[in-house]
Amino acid sequence: MADLAPTPNRRDWFAILLLLAVLAVVPPIAEAVGQPFAIKVASRVVVFAIAAVGLNLVLGFGGMVSLLHAGLFGVGGYVIGILAWHDFNGEALHLGPIAYAGTGNLLISLPLAVLVSAGAAALMGVVSLRTNGAYFIMITLAFNQMLYYLGVALQKYGGEDGLQIQGDLSLAGLDPSKRLVYFYVSLAALAVVMVLVQRLVGSRFGMVLRATAQNERRVKALGIPPTRYRLTAFALSGGIAGLAGALMASGQQFISPADMSWVRSGDLVVMCVLGGLTTVWGPVLGAALFLLLELGLSSLTNAWQLPFGLIVIGMAVWLHDGLIGAIRRWVQS
Amino acid sequence: MSLPLFLEQTLNGVQLGVMLFLMSAGLTLVFGIMNLINLAHGALYMLGAFIAATVADKSGSFLLGAVVAVVATAAIGALLEVALLRRFYHRSHLDQVLVTFGLILVFNQVTQLIWGAVPMRFNLPDAVAGSIELFPGMNYPVFRLVILGVGLVVGLLLYVMIMRTRIGMWVRAGASNRAMASAIGVNVEMVFIGVFAAGAALAGLAGLMAGPILAVQVGMGEPVLILALVVTVIGGIGSINGALVAAIMIGLIDTFGRVLLSPALGSMVIFLAMAVILAWKPKGLFPVHG
Repeated sequence: MADLAPTPNRRDWFAILLLLAVLAVVPPIAEAVGQPFAIKVASRVVVFAIAAVGLNLVLGFGGMVSLLHAGLFGVGGYVIGILAWHDFNGEALHLGPIAYAGTGNLLISLPLAVLVSAGAAALMGVVSLRTNGAYFIMITLAFNQMLYYLGVALQKYGGEDGLQIQGDLSLAGLDPSKRLVYFYVSLAALAVVMVLVQRLVGSRFGMVLRATAQNERRVKALGIPPTRYRLTAFALSGGIAGLAGALMASGQQFISPADMSWVRSGDLVVMCVLGGLTTVWGPVLGAALFLLLELGLSSLTNAWQLPFGLIVIGMAVWLHDGLIGAIRRWVQS
Repeated sequence: MSLPLFLEQTLNGVQLGVMLFLMSAGLTLVFGIMNLINLAHGALYMLGAFIAATVADKSGSFLLGAVVAVVATAAIGALLEVALLRRFYHRSHLDQVLVTFGLILVFNQVTQLIWGAVPMRFNLPDAVAGSIELFPGMNYPVFRLVILGVGLVVGLLLYVMIMRTRIGMWVRAGASNRAMASAIGVNVEMVFIGVFAAGAALAGLAGLMAGPILAVQVGMGEPVLILALVVTVIGGIGSINGALVAAIMIGLIDTFGRVLLSPALGSMVIFLAMAVILAWKPKGLFPVHG
């Protein structure tokens, strides 16, 4: 792992505000120039940015290379989808003694999605965090596939084909299937998540987490049990990934196991690295770059994965500190 | 479950187990010795299947296809080590994940450019195409028996080589303490290339044997890679013994899970088994590094 991520400062807050402001003006500009498709792209960027910021809490600040986050993203999406399915079909959801009618009200189902994915992350974190380094990577990868196959096994909810949300979803009277509503709701969620994570990594908790990533033994020697901090960060990070998945499912009215494949987890890691791991806002830039690169390359050639893969390899070989670091070095030279 | 079905599934499970052992042997040695996580190991499995299918198709000889595929995957593995991956032995695991993730994208796309997106047919030679009555009332495909045999023989050879020969001693020395092995005169660089090439060849062998049973297609390496990772982790990274035990175990669990439950639920059982074992022994069943 690289150096200890620095304590966030005023410049980071400025970058966060700037990124949010730039994203916020995308829809009016897109409408003005007659390119409404850009709003769809921007929504995708925002949703994946949320997931990447969540992942970076453990990856960049906690030094844990998790390949589980696409799975948690999917858990969030399935919570929305399944609750809406029960609501639409008028069939109660039975969980042991509890029977719940389901709901299309996102004010209820979004928080539930965050809770369930955070819970899933905590549960799998308890096992994964008993290990570290390479074991951790492989175990989170395996857990990701477990969630993937769970999605496939849910025959009632579409199985391998995925779950189409048929009923209406609503968020305090707003309709998330409307392009603009969806975009600004997601952007608001991104803002909340960035502020939360930024506050968190600057706090005492964040300091312990960052110290754990650098030297676990020293943290222990100071009398701090590192696993507790890691697990908390992991659960929180999973909850944020779940929120992203829940938003995506609400916007697209669809969630499928394909959204949970481990390759998606790898994509999220690439986004974080592209943008730089040492800041809260870097992954937002990384997500934007990743998705625009994917869009640009795939419009040029069907074989876009070849140049894309080469870029990822080149990044691994030469750029340790992501694009931000490269730009910084270029500016300084 | 009737007895013939039980026997058949047991054979299937062991057969999947030996295939997984061939895959995980390379993975676990590369990690144990070079400290490298190679997510692109599945690509060599895929290439083995494609190369063997093509050569067998053009030449009409399955055996020639198999030999060419094994040699070619070994060469590709050695080339990868020398040209790219040796720079990553001392880098962070994150960098290793990134570079091998990029390699997967490149290999998948190149394979698709060369062979197309449509799954490829890989016909068996007539000699092993039929089935044979093993027990009264139980027919079993001959080719699956061949896989079982080849897998067991190669696995046994590998085991003997690593546990009983001088080369194997170097490899084990490298796995348990790289710096010390180098200090007492082991040519670590050659061992590294050799281990990588051998691991690649084993993956290629596994791929070419799986080809006629499963579909030869782009992306066929990834599901096997994940199972092989599970095997490696359960067995203890770097441990050949562990890989063997875990591979047979996972092969049986997967096969019976799919028959007794549904295929998707059966796949989940493996990961649950892994979670239980790791909660009990975080370093796997046969830990190598203290």
